[in-house]
Amino acid sequence: MAKQSVLIPVFVFAGIIVLLWFGFQLSDPHLLPSQKLNDPVPDFELPNLMQADQTLTAVDLTGEVSLLNVWATWCPSCIAEHGELTRIFETTGLRIIGVNYNDDSKAARAWLKRWGDPYAFHIVDESGTLAIDLGVYGAPETFVVDADGVIRYRHVGVVTQKVFEETLTPLIQNLKDAS
Amino acid sequence: MSGRWVLAVALLWCLSAPGLAAIEAQAFPDETVKARYYDLIATLRCPQCLNTNLAGSDAMIAQNLRATVLRLLIEGKSDAEVERFMFERYGDFILYEPRWTAKTWLLWLGPLGLALIGLSVWWSMSASSRKTRHGLSESDRASLKRLIDR
Repeated sequence: MAKQSVLIPVFVFAGIIVLLWFGFQLSDPHLLPSQKLNDPVPDFELPNLMQADQTLTAVDLTGEVSLLNVWATWCPSCIAEHGELTRIFETTGLRIIGVNYNDDSKAARAWLKRWGDPYAFHIVDESGTLAIDLGVYGAPETFVVDADGVIRYRHVGVVTQKVFEETLTPLIQNLKDAS
Repeated sequence: MSGRWVLAVALLWCLSAPGLAAIEAQAFPDETVKARYYDLIATLRCPQCLNTNLAGSDAMIAQNLRATVLRLLIEGKSDAEVERFMFERYGDFILYEPRWTAKTWLLWLGPLGLALIGLSVWWSMSASSRKTRHGLSESDRASLKRLIDR
């Protein structure tokens, strides 16, 4: 009897270890769920990076299924992601819209000249207000926006070919079929 | 020589530690807004960091959100409205004090439950030890008597 009760704490301890071991693997705590899923892109009035006198609004995001990609020149992983975005545009013709986040427009234009520009246009979000309304907390982040301008998916971090093919492509196909 | 350098750098680093906290020149319209601003940025969590509030983070998003908190306060928003603004964009994560929901009740009641389990274990253990200390079974008494009598 005494021997058994000594083992109880050991079992409890082992149980906690197992629970935490699997519990901490369930989800990446760095990934916040998006609060804006299935909401329209929030209203904004911000300049176009390439045509500073042109004002872009949420209406400019409607019309077709698009990727809304938050990027910046200070973000090293954005360079890593850029090749994949270029590949996506060249192979699928998908409309990719940039949000140049907390950045210097001159540096951003030089960056695009250097690495190429697969984007349809870029929204200049110099003070990060649109990003905050979107619930963005880093770069890169990518949203799938349907033809009505409604946010259907958010990906935090680099869009790799694997992410695009396994996650985004089926979703985009569904959205295209539905509209 | 190199040991001294290491020491010097380490000491300098200690000096700079308070400087790691975010310091910005904010223009506050009055003292109440200032106090509410510091309260809010202490209770809102930086979305980029796992366990740092907005006040303690140098992440770009924390800087932007601090500026947003101040802007909302100057616009005349209440503390609750600022918190709702943040919640609508960043969800439960940004609130250091989670709301009561179907997902969070365990978080609130869990510690209480664990304390109750601990108390009941302690109670049953102390009860059983009391019993063994004072109570000898009939056969124990018999064998003890045999030993003494021998």
